[in-house]
This record gives sequence, structure tokens and C-alpha cells, in this order.
Amino acid sequence: MIGNTPFAVCMVLVLLGLWALLFRRNLIKIVIGIKLIENGVNLYLVATGYVRGGIVPIYTYAPPDATMVLPTPQALTLTSIVIGLATTALMLAFVVVIHRHKKTLDGCKVTELSG
Amino acid sequence: MSVVVRTVARILVPVILVFGGYVILHGHLTPGGGFQGGAVAASAVALVLVAFGAPSVKGLKSPFSTLEDLGGVAFVVLGFVGLGFTFFANSLAGMGGLFGSPVPTGPNPGYLNTAGTLPLMNWAVGFKVLGGLGAVMVLFGLFGGDDDR
Amino acid sequence: MNLAAHAPILAIVVPLLGAFALPLWAKLHKLLRDLWLVLVAAGTAALTVLVAVQVYTAGIQVYTLGAAWPRDAVAPGGFPIRIVLAVDALSAFMGLIAALVAVVGFVYAWRYLAEDEGKTLALTLGTLLWAGMLGMAFTGDLFNLFVFFEVTSIAACGLIGYRTWSSRGPEAAFKTMVMYTVGGLFVLLAIALLYGEYGALNLAHLARLIQGTTVDRIALGLLLGGLLMKAGAVPLHMWAPDAYGEAPAQAVILLVANTQISLYALFRVLFTLYGGLADPAIGWLVVALGTLTLLVAALMAVVQMDLGRLVAFGAVSQIGYMLLGVGVGLTVIAARPAYGLVAIQGGIFHMLNDAVAIGLLFLAVGAVEKAAGNRNLGNLGGLGHDLKWTAGFFLLGSLALAGIPPLNGFASKLMIYQSSFLLSPILSALAILASILLLAVFVKAFQGAFLGPKLSRPEPVPVPMLVAMGVLALGILALGLFPNLVVRYLVMPAADALWKGRDLYLRAVLGR
Repeated sequence: MIGNTPFAVCMVLVLLGLWALLFRRNLIKIVIGIKLIENGVNLYLVATGYVRGGIVPIYTYAPPDATMVLPTPQALTLTSIVIGLATTALMLAFVVVIHRHKKTLDGCKVTELSG
Repeated sequence: MSVVVRTVARILVPVILVFGGYVILHGHLTPGGGFQGGAVAASAVALVLVAFGAPSVKGLKSPFSTLEDLGGVAFVVLGFVGLGFTFFANSLAGMGGLFGSPVPTGPNPGYLNTAGTLPLMNWAVGFKVLGGLGAVMVLFGLFGGDDDR
Repeated sequence: MNLAAHAPILAIVVPLLGAFALPLWAKLHKLLRDLWLVLVAAGTAALTVLVAVQVYTAGIQVYTLGAAWPRDAVAPGGFPIRIVLAVDALSAFMGLIAALVAVVGFVYAWRYLAEDEGKTLALTLGTLLWAGMLGMAFTGDLFNLFVFFEVTSIAACGLIGYRTWSSRGPEAAFKTMVMYTVGGLFVLLAIALLYGEYGALNLAHLARLIQGTTVDRIALGLLLGGLLMKAGAVPLHMWAPDAYGEAPAQAVILLVANTQISLYALFRVLFTLYGGLADPAIGWLVVALGTLTLLVAALMAVVQMDLGRLVAFGAVSQIGYMLLGVGVGLTVIAARPAYGLVAIQGGIFHMLNDAVAIGLLFLAVGAVEKAAGNRNLGNLGGLGHDLKWTAGFFLLGSLALAGIPPLNGFASKLMIYQSSFLLSPILSALAILASILLLAVFVKAFQGAFLGPKLSRPEPVPVPMLVAMGVLALGILALGLFPNLVVRYLVMPAADALWKGRDLYLRAVLGR
């Protein structure tokens, strides 16, 4: 009996990512925390498409009366992964520039703007 | 990097690029498509960067930028092709000609010449992703160059 | 080919194509790039106006991507398939705001950005942000909303941090990117919850299917949190002063329009998607957050010495007014529809007024920075002797924002004060207090920067920047002198579309 286990595991991933985001000072670890949240949400999205006893949703591969897993969440997750790639690349680029100026990656030491 | 790594990289880079092209081309038949194939092809750039160091890819920043822009423009222009019906309509499918054969029903090995504008859009997206990821990796290699080992 | 039928998608695609092709033209010659930008901006503005005219005269426009004809949204089984764009009066209103802000910004940027400081990059990212904003305003599909949400996030953070020769821009951009991405992931989690429960992504279809189960309420909370992170409501506003302070001036007004489009997305979710629930508790939550925002931001603006951050806190405070107006409307709309409608009209009218007034203020601060070299109130003084037009524009923007008649801020703020007073007098008192605080702050800033003896010799401000500011100043005067015309023809259909027009919206997309 699988039940709701995949969804619970994905929420644990999201909570771990939130913890890393909030309680770590190194900028790279903050980016890793965001990636963990994103991986949890993507896994959740794919897991919503499961049909019991379903096969891979490839049209040219299936016997005529097969039950297929839902393909729409897979397309949604693919879009989300691409978006996550772009945001991570942008965040890492900013971290590289900050490191080039300040020579440190500690989040408490790099703040120039305050108030 | 040592001689072993460099020799294997020289052998593997064409293989990776061909595999990326295969994933892009068969996107409408097997799992894969534009983004996945482009990301696989961009890993060849990463391999070259790691094996040969940053100076070997220095000249590639501008071609990758242009490739990315051309891929984006091609994608949007391909959307205009179906404007007789609506935007992004697949008007080339089933019409004969390039990528126009109709798809037979039931299990079949999958024919490459089908699915209309989808393979063309896959190529546009694949080039865009290759250009974008390649440019990002080249820039990281050029800017983080304090401790090249 | 019927241009009017295809106009919604063309309004999104033309700036997208323009943004992709702009660096290619820039590689050939700078003049080609400027001509291409003029073409793209004029085309997008014309298409947006065409869509708005269609919606205000002919009704809700529906466009299905990839179908046999544009209105073919429903599959034979009775549920909608494919991505559907659904433009109703509120979407068209937000599109008009985005078009005004973007065109003014590009005219300003023509002479504000220096050529060797990444001008092509800033123009490309600005066009991409415009395309993303129009996509978020026109879409009728929840996942498409998320995709354009992320497109605008990436473009906005690129605009904040692209000036990498100093570390302030990238630092502000990193903080903003973290908040935007976490907000986007909350929205995606809510979409995953709703999809797992109902199997639908289309806004109209989900609106018919939603009952008030616990999972629905969790999804509503996540959507509220994610969209408010992007809109900059207190306590999620930490990114706003840094972002508005570090971005170049023509990008800041695009960022302000971006936060307003996220507010539009929030209203679309609250009224159209969850409109069947009509729980006053949600309305009270929005009212509380709005009041908190306008008060805290006005208080924090008092201690700022940097002119850009000062105006930024003013911008955050105005978001509170919009939330207060529409929140009051949401609370009472089920019981007393006419009263709630006036409250919503106040909030939506304030969106237009705020975009124009805060835009003018940010552009004036940018002109001060370009002329005098820095923005710290401790170093500025006596600029009004040389920069007469800029001083006048700054004064006009401050008075409009504080709500002085006969400028435009007075009309919308009066509607918000009246409607919140009927709900609870404390809200109205706090809102007026925040207005007075902001007026005091802006008077201090004006006196510190523009009046008094001359401390340095500023360079003259280029004419295109003055023209751009002049357009916004004319807008302030026009909106302030004829508010009843604007409310009757532009704002009232937009406000109707949220509550009374919900059935029309559902029927236009679903066909029944």
C-alpha cells in the first residue's frame, strides 16, 4: 500500500530545503536549499500523475487497450525543471560576482545595503 | 588535467554531441526533445572546460550567444507558421512534405517524418539551450579563474 | 487574417520576438537596434490598445493556442484543453498600465543608459519583462501564470543586478531572486495540490470544480503567500528597498508595474478561482496585511537618507493601499455588493494612479542621480536652482502620492478611505496617518535635495528624460482633473469583472 507516502516524502524534502534556506549563512548553501525545495515540488508534481498499473505514456509503444500514466504532469515538471535551471544559473552568477568583489561567501559579511 | 583525461575527452566530445543531436531529433518519438538534447550537448562543453581548462573555450562566448538568439527567434517564428488557424497550431502535420506524413495507429517503431512543426521546434529549442548553457559555462570558466587546477 | 482575433497572443509574442532579436541587431549596428526597439515597442503598445478596445466594447476575448480556431477551447468531453488566454476588462486594464510604463521607460532609457554600460542588455531584459507581464495579465491558465511569473522574476532580477562592476547590484539581485524563487515554488506547490485533487489547470474549469476542502484552503494559503512575496507586502517586503534602490531608473518603474501585475494575479485567484467560497476571513486577512504594509513602510521611510530607498518605501506603502481597498471589497462583497464594488474600484483605480505617480518619482530620482552623481540626502543640496523641471516633477509626484487634490492620488485614496471607514474607523485613521507620514518624508526629501544653497554644479538632464517625465506628469494632471470619466469608462468595467463578471468569465471560456 503506497497511499500518500510519495507526497509525504516530497513535503519532507521541501521542509529540509526551507530549513537550509533559512538557517545557513553561506550563499552557496542558500542556493542548494532553494534547489532542494524545487526538487521536492517537482517530485510532488510528477507523483500526482501516477495511475495504478499504468505504463509509459508513449503512443507508438503501447498495446491497444493499455492504461497509461498521466503525461501532463510530466510536461509540467519538465517546464518547471527548465525554469529552475535558469533561476539557479542566475543566482550562481550573482554569487560569483559577489565573491569576485568581496572575496567571501558569508551572507552576514557581504551585506552592504541595510536599513 | 592529465593525458588520460584529455585523450578520453577528445574521443568523447563528438560522441556526446551526436547523442545530444539524436535526443533532440527523436523528441516526438522517444522521451527527450529540445531541452533534454540541448542539455546533453552542453555537457560536452562542460567536459571540454574541465579537461582542457578555461583558455580553450575563450573564443566560444560570442558564437554561443548568437546561437542562443537565433534559436529563440526561430522558435517564435515557427509559432507564426500556424497562424492561419491559431498561434502554435501544428499546420504541417499530416500535410505531406517535410515532417508531414500521417502517423499510423497501433504499436509501430515510430516514423521520423511525422509530427509537423514539432521536430523543427525541438531543433530551435535545442540550439537555444546549447547556446545558453554553453555561454553560461564559458562565462563561469572565464570569471572564476583564480584557482584553476 | 483577423488581426483583432489574434491580438492577445500577438501582444505577448511581439515583445518576446523583439527581446530575442535585439542582441542580433545590436551586433550589426546600434542604430538598427534602436529602430528595432522602436518598432517592437510601438507594435506591442498598439496591440495592447487594440485588445483593450476589443474587450471594453465586445466582451471577454478568449484565445486558444494551437486549436483550429481561436475560441475552440472546449474538447468534446466538455472540459477545456490547451492553453487558453482569457482577457477580461481587468486584464486589459493591467495591460494598459504595463504598456504606458514600458513606453515611458524606454523613452527615458534612450538617454539615461550609457552605451558602454550594458545598454543592449538592459533593453533586452526590459522587453522580456514587458512580455512576461503581458503574459501574466492575459493568461487564463494557472500553470501558464506560473511560467510567466518565473519569466518576470528572472528578467527583473537580471535588470537589478546586471551592473556587475559594483557589488551592490548583484547583492540586491541575489536577495530578490531568493524571495521571488521561493514565492514561485509556493505557487507551484499550490498548483500541484490543485492538479492532484481536481486534474484541471484551466482557471475557469477549476473555478467550477473547487469546493472548500482542507487541501483547497492549504492551496489558497500557499498561493496567497507566493503572490504576496512577489507583490512586496509586509512582512515579505525585504527585497523591495534593495531592488528599487539598485536597479537603473527605467527598470524600477517596470519592477513597480511587475508588483502590480502580481497583485492582479492575486485578485484573479481570490475572486475568480475561489469566488465560490466567499469567506470573509480571507478578506480580513488581506485587509490586515494591507494596513500593516502601508503603516510599516511609511514608518521605515522616515529614517532613510538615500533618495532611492526613500521612494522605494513609498512604493511599498502604496501596495498596502491597493490591498486595503480590494480587501475591504472582498470582505463585504457577499453581503453588500454595491459597497464592496466601490471599495474594489478604489483599489484598482489606485493601481493606475500609483504606477503613474511612483513612476514619476523614480524617474526624477534617476535624473537627480545622473545629474548630480549620487543620491545621498547628506550630499545633495540646492539642485532646484539648475534642475527646475526635475524639481517640479518631483514635487508633483510627491503631492500626487500623498493624496492632495486636484491630483490623481486624491481621487483613489478618497474612495479607499471612505470604504475602509465603513468597515472599521481604525483602518481609515491608520491609512490617513500613513499618507501624512509619507507627505512629511517627501517634503523633507524635496527640501534637502532641491532647496537651499547650491552645494555642487549638476550636469543638465537630457531632453528625452524630461519628455518621459512630462508624459507621466500630464497623466497625473489628467487623471486628477477628470477622475469620474476615468472611473466610469476604465475602472468600473475592470472592477465589475472581478465579482459580477465572474459568471461571464466562466461562460466565455467554458461555453456554458
